[in-house]
Amino acid sequence: MQAFWKKNQQSIAPWLFLLPGIAMFLLYVVYPIFGSIQISFFDWDGLGEKTWVGMGNYVELLDDEAFYTSLKNNILWLVLYLLAIPAGLFVALFLNQTVRGIRIYKSLFFFPFVISQVVVGLVFSWFYDPNFGLLNVALGAIGLEPIAVLADERFVTYGIIVAGLWPQTAYCMILYLTGLNAVDPEQIEAARLDNAKGWKMLWYIILPQLRPATFIAMVVTIIGALRSFDLVSIMTDGGPWGSSRVLAFFMYEQAFSEYGFRMGYGAAIAVVLFMIMMVYISGFLYKMYRDERGH
Amino acid sequence: MKHLLGRGVSVMLAAALMSTTAFAGELVINTDTSDPAPKAAFQAVIDGFKAENPDVTVTWNLFDHEGYKTSIRNFLTADAPDLANWYAGNRMLPYVNAGLFEAVDDVWEENGLNETLASAAGSMTIDGKKWGVPYTYYQWGVYYRKDIFEANNIAVPTNWEEFKAAGATLNAAGITPITIGTKYLWTAGGVFDYLNLRTNGYDFHMALTKGEVAWTDERVRATMANWKELLDANFFLENHAAYSWQEALAPMVQGDAAMYVMGNFAVAPLREAGLTDDQIGFFQFPVINPDVPLAEEAPTDTVHIPSNAKNKEDAKKFLAYLARADVQTEINKTLGQLPVNNQSQVGDDKFLQAGNKMLSSTTGGIAQFFDRDAPAEMAKAGMEGFQEFMVKPERLDAILERLEKVRGRVYK
Repeated sequence: MQAFWKKNQQSIAPWLFLLPGIAMFLLYVVYPIFGSIQISFFDWDGLGEKTWVGMGNYVELLDDEAFYTSLKNNILWLVLYLLAIPAGLFVALFLNQTVRGIRIYKSLFFFPFVISQVVVGLVFSWFYDPNFGLLNVALGAIGLEPIAVLADERFVTYGIIVAGLWPQTAYCMILYLTGLNAVDPEQIEAARLDNAKGWKMLWYIILPQLRPATFIAMVVTIIGALRSFDLVSIMTDGGPWGSSRVLAFFMYEQAFSEYGFRMGYGAAIAVVLFMIMMVYISGFLYKMYRDERGH
Repeated sequence: MKHLLGRGVSVMLAAALMSTTAFAGELVINTDTSDPAPKAAFQAVIDGFKAENPDVTVTWNLFDHEGYKTSIRNFLTADAPDLANWYAGNRMLPYVNAGLFEAVDDVWEENGLNETLASAAGSMTIDGKKWGVPYTYYQWGVYYRKDIFEANNIAVPTNWEEFKAAGATLNAAGITPITIGTKYLWTAGGVFDYLNLRTNGYDFHMALTKGEVAWTDERVRATMANWKELLDANFFLENHAAYSWQEALAPMVQGDAAMYVMGNFAVAPLREAGLTDDQIGFFQFPVINPDVPLAEEAPTDTVHIPSNAKNKEDAKKFLAYLARADVQTEINKTLGQLPVNNQSQVGDDKFLQAGNKMLSSTTGGIAQFFDRDAPAEMAKAGMEGFQEFMVKPERLDAILERLEKVRGRVYK
């Protein structure tokens, strides 16, 4: 025993330390993933008997208008949510200066990320309110007809994305602010000597040094876009007539909401969402792996 | 300090023990009656029950209204109370089918409930058995601003033509005829229910919600055509999809809208907003097809015994108590709703009196509500379709075909 331990200590010890983490990960992450995939092959209301339907849920999904609406909205979210990155960069550059009280301004700009998404959703619902909302008061002041953003299928998803961009921009801003702290002043000085300024300075000197921040901002924004749920739930409850649904909300609606409890169907939606996320997650993992090997 | 802490812990331990070990004579009740009036009403019922049954200890768990809809599924299977409140009709079907509710025909038999609660017997029966005891219900209908009607010389409309004429007069005066907030969909279900009940009658409506009739049926189209008449005449509040039902009360309070197709629970917030009883009125939804007997909508709230309950004996005692005429009189006085027991007294409130008069003379039948009569999935798709129709009536065909597709899947 003693000899065995002596001989293999080097290889066993790391696993012992990893064991609690691995156990948690298996129980709370890996097992539920496979559990969901399994449930997605059943017709189940969460209470009674499960009935095996094979690919039935997926076939139904392909024939479900609501699924395509959600998918389309998810893509809109993915694309438009990325605007938070340049916006966050811009704010960070703007705030990256030494003025009296700059810390207060920084915290104020960070504020939307600190407050709960539910509050953000409520604030924006009032902002868009067709009667007394600030938006329509402003539109009225310049002589335009009021727009009921959240009750109009054409605008509703954009309206919610704008609400989502508000805190997400703050998040990206803080990532870039910390990144800017790490920018090498000597390189900037050298660039100055070579007469670089403005856009050139930003593009060739600052941005390359901010690459780690950009990468993280990209990852959190994409994941954030795919799991967008709270704002949809608070601001429109998926409406009007389901036109602002996204996959995460659609899954919740089918599986857990008042009129749902179709666990199998909900699980099938979750699996599809998981597959879409996997594209990004594997890209992310691949890059991490490559970076690790590079050093 | 240390001493105090120790005692606190032991009290907590004792409390934890009390709640887990169910010894004889302990009754656990779960309800979602967390709003002030329902909470007070249930408190009174439980106090009254305890006074008559001093040997029974009652533990009452109050849940938040929305959270209850999910928690009931968990506690019925995992840690069942002895009693839980829920709703009549199709809403209780999943639990009955899953064997989670206990049939209580014996309670009905022994206490003569088949006579006293006769009006709700139908909606409590599934597979020939009764699955709970109803304790309250409330009417739906049209709540309106009496003062606005008077100012514009509008008499209470009793038929479709008068109803449309009233709307035209209101529109001409710059007042929205009907306020509604469809953000959470069910309000549109109420409007559909009444239009369908008045156009095609109770039997057709029940057949439709039970999935026996196609959504593309001509009779459904007739209902929708009537609805479209109202839409074309600008009857409903603009941008209603952006509002909840409470938010849609505001235009009525401010005098910008005159009517609301609603349940009696709308009266309390209207009063709180400052309207007096001289300003609020109630009338029965007007006749559309004179050949159809008038049916009404009156959702019933119920109490059930879970199959996994530990103390069914006392639970049945409680149900018998809850069904009693005097108890239902009291609880509904506090709730501001109507007792189911036909020996009970109805409160003095003018809306309760009006509702009672209307419902007790109803010959056409009493519907529960769209999302209680139709199964959940159909209800959701249906109400979403109604909301879409109210904004985009030109999509009627697509909507009905979609609903028909859902019908094909839901009722197997």
